[in-house]
Amino acid sequence: MAFDGLRRFISRRKKPIPDGLWMRCEDCGATVYKRVVEEKYRVCPECSFHFTLTSEQRIAILVDDETFVARWNNLSPSDPLQFKAESAYADKIREEQARTGLKDAVVAGTGDIYGKSVTIVVTDSRFIMGSMGSVVGETIARATEYAKDHGLPLIIVSGSGGGARMYEGALSLMQMAKTSAAIARLHEAGGLFISVLTNPTMAGVMASFASLGDVIIAEPKALIGFTGPRVIKQTIKQELPDGFQRSEFLLEHGFIDQIVPRPDMKDRLAQLIEAFRPEPAAAGKLS
Amino acid sequence: MEDFLEFEQPIKDVEKKIEELKKFSEQMDVDLSGSIEELRKQLDLLKREIYNKLTPWQRVQLARNPGRPDTMDIIATFVEKFQELHGDRFFGDDPAIVCGTGIIGGHKVMFIGQRKGKNTKERLRCNFGSPHPEGYRKALRKMKLAEKFHLPVVCLINTPGAYPGIGAEERGQAHAIAENIFEMSRLRTPILCLVIGEGGSGGALGIGVGDRLAIMENAYFSVISPEGCAAILWKDSEKANRAAEVLKLTPKDLKGLGIFDDIVPEPLGGAHTNPAAAMETIKAYLTKTLTELKAIPIDKLVETRYQKYRHIGIFLEDQQAKVVMLPGKGVVESALPTPGEIAAAEMGEAQAVEEEEDVKPGKED
Ligand SMILES: [Zn+2]
Repeated sequence: MAFDGLRRFISRRKKPIPDGLWMRCEDCGATVYKRVVEEKYRVCPECSFHFTLTSEQRIAILVDDETFVARWNNLSPSDPLQFKAESAYADKIREEQARTGLKDAVVAGTGDIYGKSVTIVVTDSRFIMGSMGSVVGETIARATEYAKDHGLPLIIVSGSGGGARMYEGALSLMQMAKTSAAIARLHEAGGLFISVLTNPTMAGVMASFASLGDVIIAEPKALIGFTGPRVIKQTIKQELPDGFQRSEFLLEHGFIDQIVPRPDMKDRLAQLIEAFRPEPAAAGKLS
Repeated sequence: MEDFLEFEQPIKDVEKKIEELKKFSEQMDVDLSGSIEELRKQLDLLKREIYNKLTPWQRVQLARNPGRPDTMDIIATFVEKFQELHGDRFFGDDPAIVCGTGIIGGHKVMFIGQRKGKNTKERLRCNFGSPHPEGYRKALRKMKLAEKFHLPVVCLINTPGAYPGIGAEERGQAHAIAENIFEMSRLRTPILCLVIGEGGSGGALGIGVGDRLAIMENAYFSVISPEGCAAILWKDSEKANRAAEVLKLTPKDLKGLGIFDDIVPEPLGGAHTNPAAAMETIKAYLTKTLTELKAIPIDKLVETRYQKYRHIGIFLEDQQAKVVMLPGKGVVESALPTPGEIAAAEMGEAQAVEEEEDVKPGKED
């Protein structure tokens, strides 16, 4: 579990923001016009830090208008452990559902990217930090099987600071195996899976489906890794290098294929899908 | 570190008393056998009373007891003709995961075990059982080798978690674990996993996907350490005992959730009180289970493994708002369970808990 990445960002917002027209960049600290940010795909005009998108905004940016069909949205979290501490998981679920209008931290379905059908899954970090419990795991597994059965490319946009959801205990941990097993089957069937990493993608999410893309692309400056920086710092008792666990760090160390700025993301996905689309003649020759 | 835990103090007290009486009777040449026998009976009762109702936190403490039989003890005791195979062929050789060929109860196997180390020097080398990416990659390489030669894979899990460090991140800790999970889900040879101590999160899962998941009676398996959970919930890692309760990390809970298949019993008081007996049980369990798994045709084995993982998870589905868990039941083709499957679940063919739509999840049963 890596909650600290997000916490660190939250704690950086020190001074109050002047008024509703302005917002503070969580990365460079600049005060920027909200309207400008919204117009620019929610990217900081000063440092091009990519602010978090809701699943709705993400789908609007990536999928052709009026082509998205939400699927597997009949699943919602239960409370299998009867998890009760100072607050109860059951209450947390209800609060998050009321606040976000989501059933859980995932939206999935089919849609077109420039007229080409895809299966797309987007995690939503507003819901318990985009963490993976039974519903997220099951939704990804169903979407992956659908992509396999219908010969559609699979795109999963990940963004979770929490990884496997603590409140569902070992069941959450096992969703790492469930999603990875489903992706293995898609792989064996020759399906294309493009994993898109956004800020932050950590822990159990990164240590399962998010790392398993045929192609892995990340938005700039996203925090990506296994253990959160705070825990690492505590363990090794030394400062972490600049840019540690950012997209650029992962590219440099060979763990992602590309860093793609948000405004280019849809075009790039289309290009990648086209690049890997089997040529009808070649399919026969190979076998 | 004391070799017993706080809750074991009453047992130690009686044991000490018995020793004192024995000594006294020898020195003074008086017959105290009656009193000693009485105390022995008391001790036996006390042990049963304490060990039969261990709290989850006490079990976590037992799971961490350094006197428990570990990977190296098991290799030394009953893995015959063990030949260690080192290295991931990329970066290095992580001593926190030991791999090699050997024979268990007549079965040739590829043996993979997490290792914490027995003394300070070893523990530092093994990072107290927290593997680096090269450890997971070494394990995967040896598993692929096992697949090529149709050797079953035996994985012994005992880690507080994968190592949290700069090098581990630079070399792709998350990626290494993900690749292992991915490949283990489809490896075309039997895989048997046994948690012998700590089953810490992704670090455990990195060698923990298989056809049979087993856990020792006083071991645990958790999404997060009790200390880590307590730090999040109460901002206080001292509340780990409460965290251990809510996480449902004991073997019995995990079996109830449909995650683990088997619980391997331990001697009363824990495996560390009688390592030889504990290892005898482990050997018998591994031998029997390997025989079973080897008898299953490989296609069926791999399909069953997929279905096993595919159906782990508990959630509410559809407007009927039912908690449906269908272990081993297929919903692969259709997005929803068919009415028949739901009916079957309700009739108890599979595990199902009914809930009214308007009732909040998490109500008391
Ligand atoms: Zn900025």
